[in-house]
Amino acid sequence: MSTLIRPRLGASVVPDLTSNTGGIVTPNPFWLASAPPTNSGGQIMRAFDAGWGGAVWKTLGTPIQNVSSRFGAMNYKGTRAIGFNNIELITDRPIETNLREIYEVKKRYPKHGIIVSLMVETREEWQDLIKRAIDAGADGLELNFGCPHGMCERGMGSAVGQEPSLNERITSWAVEYSTVPVLVKLTPNVDEIGPHGLAAQAGGAHGVSLINTIKSIIGVDIERKVLEPRVGGMSTNGGYCGPAVKPIALHMIASLARDPQFKLPISGIGGVSNWRDAVEFILLGCSSVQVCTEVMLRGFRVVEDMTEGLTQYMRDNGYQNLDAMRGKAVPSYSEWGELDLNYETIAKIDPLKCIGCHNCVVACHDGAHQCIHPDPGGKTRVPVVDESECVGCNLCQIVCPVPDCITMVEVPNGLPPATWNQHVAEGAPLRAKKGVH
Amino acid sequence: MTKLPPERAEAGFNDYKPAYSTAQALAEANRCLYCVDAPCVQHCPTAIDIPEFIRKISTGNTEGAARTIFSANILGMSCARVCPVEVLCAGACVYNEMDAPPIEIGKLQRYATDAAFLADWQFFTAGPDTGKSVGILGGGPAALAAAHELRRFGHAVTIYDAGGILGGLNTTGVAPYKMRADRALDEVEWVLQIGGVEVVSGVEVGRDLSFAELQQRHQALVIAVGLGEDRMLDIPGKELAGIHGAVAFIREFKLGQVDLSHVRQAAVLGGGNTAIDAVRELVGLGVPEVTMVYRGSEAQMSGYVHEWKAAKVDGVRASWRSQPLAYHSANGADGKVGGVLCARLGDDRRPIAGSEVEVPAQLVLLAIGQSRLGAFAAALPGVQVEDGRIVVDAEGATGRPGVYAAGDCANGGKEVVNAAAEGKRAAQAIDRLLAAGGNQ
Repeated sequence: MSTLIRPRLGASVVPDLTSNTGGIVTPNPFWLASAPPTNSGGQIMRAFDAGWGGAVWKTLGTPIQNVSSRFGAMNYKGTRAIGFNNIELITDRPIETNLREIYEVKKRYPKHGIIVSLMVETREEWQDLIKRAIDAGADGLELNFGCPHGMCERGMGSAVGQEPSLNERITSWAVEYSTVPVLVKLTPNVDEIGPHGLAAQAGGAHGVSLINTIKSIIGVDIERKVLEPRVGGMSTNGGYCGPAVKPIALHMIASLARDPQFKLPISGIGGVSNWRDAVEFILLGCSSVQVCTEVMLRGFRVVEDMTEGLTQYMRDNGYQNLDAMRGKAVPSYSEWGELDLNYETIAKIDPLKCIGCHNCVVACHDGAHQCIHPDPGGKTRVPVVDESECVGCNLCQIVCPVPDCITMVEVPNGLPPATWNQHVAEGAPLRAKKGVH
Repeated sequence: MTKLPPERAEAGFNDYKPAYSTAQALAEANRCLYCVDAPCVQHCPTAIDIPEFIRKISTGNTEGAARTIFSANILGMSCARVCPVEVLCAGACVYNEMDAPPIEIGKLQRYATDAAFLADWQFFTAGPDTGKSVGILGGGPAALAAAHELRRFGHAVTIYDAGGILGGLNTTGVAPYKMRADRALDEVEWVLQIGGVEVVSGVEVGRDLSFAELQQRHQALVIAVGLGEDRMLDIPGKELAGIHGAVAFIREFKLGQVDLSHVRQAAVLGGGNTAIDAVRELVGLGVPEVTMVYRGSEAQMSGYVHEWKAAKVDGVRASWRSQPLAYHSANGADGKVGGVLCARLGDDRRPIAGSEVEVPAQLVLLAIGQSRLGAFAAALPGVQVEDGRIVVDAEGATGRPGVYAAGDCANGGKEVVNAAAEGKRAAQAIDRLLAAGGNQ
């Protein structure tokens, strides 16, 4: 990643990171997601000391028994755990212990946000647990309608989140019994997220948090011929998370954020690993972001760079508070049919930066449109772009190992913008196709 | 096969470039950009598909990585250790272009090839017997590469080796901090596992066996006899004890022991890679003060810059622009060398009058080149010899049909990897010749 040096629009401004998610106010938008890092009061107090603004307590419910092992990871080219999954269930500690610790943490950290995640079955159970969580000091509740493994087999978690009417009904119970804001945690294991967000809204939720984990099999032990993570000779599907799921999370969050019927604040979850990820989530409409995997892998300390990076980004862009930046990228999310087909880019290779690896050549030849070639004179290792054939697909830029060596530059072709929809409706003229030799 | 004595002076040397652990190898392999038409391959004389073998290491396919290496270069294990990668593959790595450290290709190659030796993976079998026979003169890298390739084609092979030990300079000449003699012999054994290679040791062509006899026995011949004795200086005092050729001295301590207890100071004459090896080895053998005496300046050395840098780190001194005039005995008449009288050379490369200095040395090694052995081949009609080198075409063919040459005796003295490439190339040319029914 190259260092971008921009003029600081508000160098004297100290951005305010205070976050408000449906009435849950935290000193910054960085929350720990309901997961192993929020299993105990001791962990959460250390997290707050490290700089986390809020924590969603590991889901309370009727205590369960967990298996070993519980986690699996997907590694790629030496990078550990670009994707992660778990088959752990909700808390396995007594409810009384959790509630006592919630009380202690809240007393010692009054300004930080403690959101208690809940998952039970009957209306009576919800009523009872909500009251006890609020009595212990919860600043908000998160209804776990998302867990895609284990609990859903017992009619909870994603079994609720996948059924809008159930979602709405249980949400309405919770809102009825709660005196603090209620967030509904949505599952991504649905074809379209819209109806599920709207169901939570109809139930009276104060906000939603998404995405929960994605139903997954993280891998197969090819020596033992058993799925991972292995529990003896068997395993089961788990919940997928970590950096690899971020694109799915971004899509679902943006889908809700751009839906004019959907009005609720969003707490974004899914592969947030650093401040850049957090900025993307906020630009797509999130009021807070929740982190689990990065903390599981590297500890609470990662929040220092998150808050610092976000602060600098806000300062560089002149945003005084999160409201000023929230949702700024949402309007750019459009239908394919509304994209300008006459917008044209081509690849340019900077010969001074090029190191001659030819990865762009093979990618273009084998994976794209055969328009990047080795230097025909053979004198240099800098490839040439056949601009008459380049479709501006970005693949070369993606494979290039050198920052800013390949740039996609706009070609002023003189044609007025024309979308597919305009072309179909009005016969708007389109530019000549390239790369169709 | 010749057994080495268990107590050898070289055993005390540690690897200059230690072997990778699996974790280190994976981390480095994952850094490789997997270039297309990769410059590293273009700079490997044996054209090993380096990005491919590194990718295989990164996926845990170490056996496949070794297969890729050995398919191109059967001496890939020793080349991994002795190749000057800094000026070959790694020197061409595109990472250099972005001022990032190049991929450690030699260490990765060592990782894969060591694994192959350890697990005894076999990748090659001899081809079906063709009924043809090829004689190879010499037992060094070029000869071994040629022999292996010829066996893959199914031709019978006989190696005629003048010395008693196979592997050539890989066994007797490589600096022990790169590879020790026992490892070179492991490789000889590994290469010859393909079977069907007859080794006739202690036979010198021209003395024990005539060329005509050889040509009668075999349909083709490969001359791969390497270089000859160290060149010595014909200056006063040359008869004193303690003056040795560097190649001969290195051979002695690699295969056995040398007594350096009386040597406080040593001088190595020369500025090439053998001279640099020698000074580093003397330091490693415990000589407190080692000086390289070279006629030219530091910039004019023919030895590799990266090797000389390492020698300087070892604490070696140099006396530049110095021409030895005479060897002196330290205390009159004990018959032992005590120093080298040198004159400083001016810009015109002539001695500056009155500039003589004495470089004290109880041991003097000469690394000013080796004699060339091609002369005997000049007697053969059709074979051309220039400046002691046997003249060959791009395929290793001499002017005499069926007679090829490879390695130092043809190229004048290059790297092991060049010898491996030339030996293989000659074998391929011979196969084409024999398949076409030539030279019956």
